Amino acid sequence: MKPFTRLDARAAPLPLANIDTDQIIPKQFLKTVEREGLSRGLFYDLRFDDAGQPRPDFVLNRPEYAGAGVLVTGDNFGCGSSREHAPWALMDFGVTCVIAPSFADIFYNNCFQNGLLPVVLKPDEVQDLLGECQGGNHMVSVDLAAQTVTSPSGKVFTFEIDPSRKAKMLQGLDAIGETLTAAPDIDAWEARRALTHPWLERA
Amino acid sequence: MRGMSGKTLYDKIWDAHLVSEQEGESILYIDLHLIHEVTTPQAFAGLRANRRKVRRPDRTLAVADHNIPTEGQGLGVSAVADEEARLQLATLERNVADHGIEFFPMGDIRNGIVHVVGPEQGRTQPGMTIVCGDSHTSTHGAFGALAHGIGTSEVEHVLATQTLRQKKAKNMRVVIEGTPAPGVGAKDFALAVIGEIGTAGGTGYVIEYAGEAVRALSMEGRMTLCNLTIEGGARAGLVAPDETTFDYLRGRPSAPKGGAWDIALASWKTLFSDPDAVFDREVRIDASAIAPLVTWGTSPEDVVPVTDAAPSPEAFASPDKRAAVARALEYMGLEAGQPIASARVDVVFIGSCTNSRIEDLRVAADIVRGRTVAPGVRAMVVPGSGLVKAQAEEEGLDEVFRAAGFDWREPGCSMCLGMNPDRLAPGERCASTSNRNFEGRQGRGGRTHLMSPAMAAAAALAGHIADVRDYLR
Repeated sequence: MKPFTRLDARAAPLPLANIDTDQIIPKQFLKTVEREGLSRGLFYDLRFDDAGQPRPDFVLNRPEYAGAGVLVTGDNFGCGSSREHAPWALMDFGVTCVIAPSFADIFYNNCFQNGLLPVVLKPDEVQDLLGECQGGNHMVSVDLAAQTVTSPSGKVFTFEIDPSRKAKMLQGLDAIGETLTAAPDIDAWEARRALTHPWLERA
Repeated sequence: MRGMSGKTLYDKIWDAHLVSEQEGESILYIDLHLIHEVTTPQAFAGLRANRRKVRRPDRTLAVADHNIPTEGQGLGVSAVADEEARLQLATLERNVADHGIEFFPMGDIRNGIVHVVGPEQGRTQPGMTIVCGDSHTSTHGAFGALAHGIGTSEVEHVLATQTLRQKKAKNMRVVIEGTPAPGVGAKDFALAVIGEIGTAGGTGYVIEYAGEAVRALSMEGRMTLCNLTIEGGARAGLVAPDETTFDYLRGRPSAPKGGAWDIALASWKTLFSDPDAVFDREVRIDASAIAPLVTWGTSPEDVVPVTDAAPSPEAFASPDKRAAVARALEYMGLEAGQPIASARVDVVFIGSCTNSRIEDLRVAADIVRGRTVAPGVRAMVVPGSGLVKAQAEEEGLDEVFRAAGFDWREPGCSMCLGMNPDRLAPGERCASTSNRNFEGRQGRGGRTHLMSPAMAAAAALAGHIADVRDYLR
């Protein structure tokens, strides 16, 4: 996993609540056996019309947001399906930070497995940021170590993040490798469990 | 905060599976890992790249469900027309063979939707921790198991370590008291709960369902209720196991037998929230006040009684909500204030991990028996598993549906998410027993109204959304 430390990038405003993972990446793009290449399906129905042509008014199709690395959006972003294709698609498109007042639980969790930083700001701060990003300057700075987001006009917002998740993001640590250092604990737990719950041991 | 008070059922299962703490995260042991073709290829690729093996193949069960066609399954994977789906299915077959994981392939009578198969085989048991790369894993909470969806990276983590790194959630209890009216069931309870708390109302919680109306539900009903927990934002739902649970499990292929059954049963009977347990939030719902419900919009919280109308944006205070309602009405092709029962349907889908079990099919067949699907309506039944299909055929339900004009299909996730060829065309309106009415969920431009199997059956007969109470016998 690539570490996330600091990001200076264009921020694209998408002021809608409850954007679900079916909208982030529709079903037809889930049939891949790869993690890469999913950007073509990102927000597919919002980005493209029925003929497959880009909708010029959709934020990620507008030239002033080309190369956006940050998405600023509404409440409960990422609700619905557990598909990790949603953070994969965002990352593949170049978005490595999503800022919202709240996130759906499984999506939020999936982000941290991939070095995509989900930032929760207060609703009025997100409103502020959405407003600014709709103006002429959409460059924001996200500093994970300092836990700050700096708006295009220079306002600084701070955010909360779980310390263990923050540490893993900053270093790009692999969770499996870390858990495997506890293998003796897992062995011991399994041995005890086999005694207390013998019916779960399939011959 | 909880101090000396008792433990909730969630607390008990959590404590029993806690292996250790690391860096402020808990390492939780996973008893059962269910896997399917769509959310595992990248996980197995990750294991291979890191030369890791599956720690407990015996605690892992694989099915093919999400993208399989619902006809011609006996022809095998090589006959699947969709090239990408075929590759994904073949990849799963190779992965389970490489790692020695039990697998019910497409066409096997035991195959079907993962959340139907686990319980049906007796693999799902009270007190377990269960995960799957699918958000509707919450279904298994009906047995008093802590069960929730995970992403593919976590699938890889569980394959490699048989554990998951977790933060403990808060406790919520939803108490449903009273006796529901005829025509009202578990699906209506679930939609009522989501309508009450909202689609993000359960975020950060595990919900335990309690109360006499929950106790009175069959296991199928409890599975429907727990299945939809994720649509209210909570990862997991729980129902404490009782005689209904034990009766369902007894004699299932993977349920304990003989003396082992008695030992298991004694353990399962300790799985309840202590009377003095404290819940962080409690919601009470009166089952007798619930009418048959349908969704009008594009979020599962957009719920109205079938006798009611689509809302008007002006009825909402916040400008954001007004805009969201207007957008949903436009997408759904509904006028503000339009009676919901006036919406004509093109398609009726009875199926999905929410409502494709034998009881669901029996309820729908009772409404349909001796009647005919309205002209112009495409109606289909997709049983949840090969065994559900066989049971329904033994009871003659397939004949009831076919005689009425329904299509009787082979098992799978099918039109719930439209990964296989079963999907809506743009603008088509569907009365669906599934779980998500998101934009494009059942097909680009498709319009989904969520409802119970009985309500979907009534809609098929009427040709529009209809009150099932007019069709009860």
